[in-house]
This record gives sequence, structure tokens and C-alpha cells, in this order.
Amino acid sequence: MSILINKNSRVVTQGITGKTGQFHTRMSREYANGKACYVAGVNPKKAGEDFEGIPIFASVKDAKAQTGANISVIYVPPPGAAAAIWEACAADLDVVICITEGIPVRDMIEVRDRMRKQHRKTLLVGPNCPGVITPDEIKIGIMPGHIHKKGRIGVVSRSGTLTYEAVGQLTALGYGQSTAVGTGGDPVNGLKHVDVLELFNDDPETDAVIMIGEIGGSDEETAARWVKANMKKPVVGFIAGVTAPPGKRMGHAGAIISGGKGTAQEKLAVMEECGIRVTKNPAEMGKLLKSVLK
Amino acid sequence: MKIHEYQAKEVLRKFGVPTPRSVACFSVDEAVQAAQSLGGKRWVVKAQIHAGGRGKGGGVKLAKSIDEVKTLAGQILGMQLVTHQTGAQGQKVRRLLIEEGADIKRELYVGMVVDRQTQKVCLMASREGGMDIEEVAATHPEKIERVFIDPEAGLKDAEADDVARKLGVPEAGVAQARAVLQGLYRAFWVSDASLAEINPMILTGDGKVVALDAKMTFDDNALFRHPEIVAMRDLDEEDPAEVEASKHDLNYIQLEGNIGCLVNGAGLAMATMDVIKLYGDSPANFLDVGGGATTEKVTEAFKIMLRNPGLKAILVNIFGGIMKCDVIATALVEAAKVVSLRVPLVVRLEGTNVELGKKILADSGLPIISAANMADAAEKVVAAARGGRA
Repeated sequence: MSILINKNSRVVTQGITGKTGQFHTRMSREYANGKACYVAGVNPKKAGEDFEGIPIFASVKDAKAQTGANISVIYVPPPGAAAAIWEACAADLDVVICITEGIPVRDMIEVRDRMRKQHRKTLLVGPNCPGVITPDEIKIGIMPGHIHKKGRIGVVSRSGTLTYEAVGQLTALGYGQSTAVGTGGDPVNGLKHVDVLELFNDDPETDAVIMIGEIGGSDEETAARWVKANMKKPVVGFIAGVTAPPGKRMGHAGAIISGGKGTAQEKLAVMEECGIRVTKNPAEMGKLLKSVLK
Repeated sequence: MKIHEYQAKEVLRKFGVPTPRSVACFSVDEAVQAAQSLGGKRWVVKAQIHAGGRGKGGGVKLAKSIDEVKTLAGQILGMQLVTHQTGAQGQKVRRLLIEEGADIKRELYVGMVVDRQTQKVCLMASREGGMDIEEVAATHPEKIERVFIDPEAGLKDAEADDVARKLGVPEAGVAQARAVLQGLYRAFWVSDASLAEINPMILTGDGKVVALDAKMTFDDNALFRHPEIVAMRDLDEEDPAEVEASKHDLNYIQLEGNIGCLVNGAGLAMATMDVIKLYGDSPANFLDVGGGATTEKVTEAFKIMLRNPGLKAILVNIFGGIMKCDVIATALVEAAKVVSLRVPLVVRLEGTNVELGKKILADSGLPIISAANMADAAEKVVAAARGGRA
């Protein structure tokens, strides 16, 4: 079953005609059922044209009406990216995955506020995220497809390459993944760890989850408390940034320790209290997961 | 992006937040002239550096005569001001603010940040002004009022009035305080701030609130639409290595250890720092080369790391996804030739075309220590930094 996306998903790409959009649309289309899944692109100025056979529409609404697209992926540059998210929500898609990095926080506050007030059903993943992949079915985003393997481990993380690291370790140990989700490195975003864990908990094809966090905010603590109260499957974790000094923004806009809050130590302590096995060694995420399955 | 107190006050005044009259100065002569033009009998001489805690560090002094302004300006300008935020080496004072003395009845605190949980701007206010708000939050959280501001409506009259009353503003002053709080919110929202703080906000003898100090930080992602804020950037306040790195689109932060790190991706870069620590040493920096590590970028990254005289070894940790390992390996080899590395280089490559990448490194004839995985890499780089054979 997997979560969020599967081989039956139909994807519209917003920003398909930009350099990044073109490159990743090509890569994603070549992966598993990509040829059947990638059905539309959006660019108001190029409606009626196509990108290597994928028809381009003036709006997400048109793309949905014409192709049945239910998922969107966004590569639109930062100044227009929040508007692109809203367009996908207004068209009632099931999921919108925003890859764009560098969206102003104020734009995200506004679009999230509108999504809540209008009770939109669309789930947002990202922004500033690697995307979502259900191995051997569909890849939506910028992750390298070939390191993944179909299987029963869920992966959720805020970062890109650190997710690949975890996936790579799992695959090397023979453990495939049900779905891997990158929730993104920005302070104001869509799905958080807790939301993704909830989906994995309900997914009959997921047996256990690796949750990878980083300094800043309190998403990991919230998720850990939810796990303690509700999770029926083992969860293991790692938090990046034990060595990060306070007040410095470590690349991701969300990765900053402010006011003594959001430190890796605090997060690790709460996770352990909530029954999540953690490692301080990022080279041993896969091994740790293996140890809880026995 | 951070700005100085005097700049933050300029921004706030545009939104109707009152401040004492003041003049920014770059020399002792300017400071004396400023005090004379402001008039009065008391002036505050304030060091302008980005770090907080200036008062405790001796960077804010009261002068009761023009002569005293001159003496204090001479002492403070050029000093290495050490505060809890500057580190032990302190920050050199290059700018002063000369401000008229204020009539302080009470000191209050107001601040704004983006709250990640509610995804709204949060107004924080407290009667404990002048103190470190983080300390108040830790010891007396009940003394901080919080309002989560609706992005569509902005800070409502009733909300602002309520905060003003809770701060102890007398009834006759509530309307003025409301305008100040709403002005602060507009300044925050319109200029895409990520932090705005007035600490202290003073209540004067005649019942008005005035911003005695001001601090603002802005969302880097929104600077493209604020040239007026970019113009306020003061490169003297930033780490030279970080400034140089940003010119080359490298995300670099100087740290205190002696093992340089070059990694792709922020999360993996933090994890790499952590694993070095776990194996007994400390990272010299955070460095995310991003998705496109060209020869030019890798060369600049090496150069920046090598400026650090304490550097003992470099660890390159790349999980090549879209970025292919052979491309990275070629960039590393070319860069290593250009910069003549004086410290051992440990390289861990993983991902797309990894075998080809490893072959390029091996065939280069360069003394590169190859690592099989993250743990192996950390072990080898720590050993190499200690001069042992890896």
C-alpha cells in the first residue's frame, strides 16, 4: 500500500519548463512506473505545448480536469512557489510536494493560514524537501532512485542527503523501504514527523520506521510523544546537530538552536523517554533499525 | 540577516514606533558633535555591534557632560567588546550611537518571532524588561504574555490593548501603546523579519512607551524583495570566511575544532560534524556545497578551510545522488592540485557512479585516504589529524 503516493498516482509538475523541473521530470519519469504516472505540466504561457510528450496546461485545475492528476510536484522558483502551492490546494489535489528551496517564511505563513481557514483537503509535503518515493512504484522529487529498494521500512526525515544515507544503510543491510518522505528543512511547512508517523502506523505494508530529525523547533518531541501514546510499530531515530552551536543557522532555515530550545540533546532525551531507540552515530541508523526487528 | 540597533530603530520609526533622539557616529569627533546637536544634559554612548549583551560587556555608558561623551566614545570606539554572544575574542566596535538620556519609569519587554507550531507570528511581552528574555522564559514563563497573530487580520486593537494593560501601561497611555505594538508588528510583517525585539521598551514618566533598544533580524529568503534592508548589511560584523564562502554560493560556518568538513546537504553536513565528535575530535566548520559541487566551488571551499591555521585534516563526505561521484572526484582532484593541501584529506564517496569516482581518486596519484563509509571516514580523519597513519 505505501503512504501518500503509489503506482496509481497521477502527477502534475508545476514548473516543468524550468531547468530544474525539466531535469527532475526526466529522471522521475524514467523511474519505475514514471512513464504512466507523469501526466501533466503547468505553465500558463505554454499551455497547449508539451514537454517531451507530457502535455502542458495553463493551470493545475485544467491539468486535473484533463488528465485526472491527483498529486502535484513543484519546482517553481521561490518568489512564485507559495502561489503555486495554493493553486494546487485550490484545485483539491490529494498531495502537493514542494521541492523549491528559499521560499520567504511570510509567504508560507500566508498559504498555510489559508489552507487551514478554508479546510483544504490537500496535504503539503515540504517546501525545501527532497520529495517522496515509494520504491519500485513511483519517485516524486530529487532523490536518487537507485539507492532505494522495495520493502517494509518507513523513512521520515527533514533533510535530503541524510535521508539517502539512511536509505543507503537500510538497502545495504537488505531492508527495503515502504515509502521515504522528506518533510523539508524550513520552519513553516506542511506535514511534520508526527503526521507522517501516523500514516506509517496505519499502513499495513510498513513494519517499522526510521525517524531522522535535526536541531531546531520541536517537531521531533511532538512526534515522540505521539509515538508513545499511539504507535504500534517500532520507531528508531537519529538527530543531526549535536555539535551545532546555538544561534547559528546550519544550512536549513529551520535548523537553528534559539533560546536554548531545539537542541539535539533535548530531542534525543524526549525520544528515549518515549520509547524510541536512538543512536548518536549517523553511520549506525540501519544497524539500529535491524536491532529492533529481532 | 542582522542589522545594528540604530538601523533597527530607523526601520521601527518608519512604522510609528517612537525612539529617543539619537545619531549614529563613526568617530569621536562625530560623537561630540552629535551630543552637542542633541542638546540636553545626559547622553548614552552605545557601541553598535550585532551581538547582544553590550551593556554588561561595557559597551553602553551614560555621559553627564560633553567631555565625558568624548572620553567614553574614545574608550568604546575600537574596543574589542566581549559579550556572551561574541565569543572570547569579542567584536571590534566601529560604530556608536549617541542617544539623548531617557526618562525611564519602568522597563518592559516586547518581541516578535515566527512560531513554528502555530505557523503564526508570536508577540511576546513581559514586565521584566531589560533582562535576558530567555532567562525569564526559563525561570518565570508565567511572566511572559503571548499573542499568536492572525496573518490576515494582523494585531487586533483588542489584543494590543490587552497586552498594554498587562504590561502595566496606565489607561491614558493604552492607545499610544497600541499604536506602538501594531507598528512593531507591521514593521516585522512588511519587512519580512524573523525576529524583532524591543528590550527594554520603556514607560516614561508621562505614561508613554518608547523603544530604548531595538533588534531586528530578517529572513534571508525574502531579501530579494527588500533592497533597502540589504543596503544595511555590515560585512564587518560577519565572519570573513563566511562572507567569502557566501560569494561562492557555499554554506559555511566557522567552528572551533580542527577537522575541516566538506559535505553535500545540510543534514548530512551536521551528521558528519557529529560523527567526528563521536570519534573523539571536533569539526572546524560546517560546509554544505549544495547540489552542484564544481571544481571552482570545491577549490574555494578548500581555500577557505585552509585559511584556518589550526586545521589538521579535511574530511569530504559526499552522498552523490543527482550529483555524480565521478564528477565530484574530478573536482576534488583538480582542486587539490590547485591549492596544494598541507593537511591529510580523507574522502568518503557514496551513491551514483561511486566506483568510477573512487577510481579517479586512486589514479590521481594524490595522497587521498579513501573511506568505505561514514564511520570509517570519521575514524580515519581523526587518526590522520593526530598524525597517526590511517
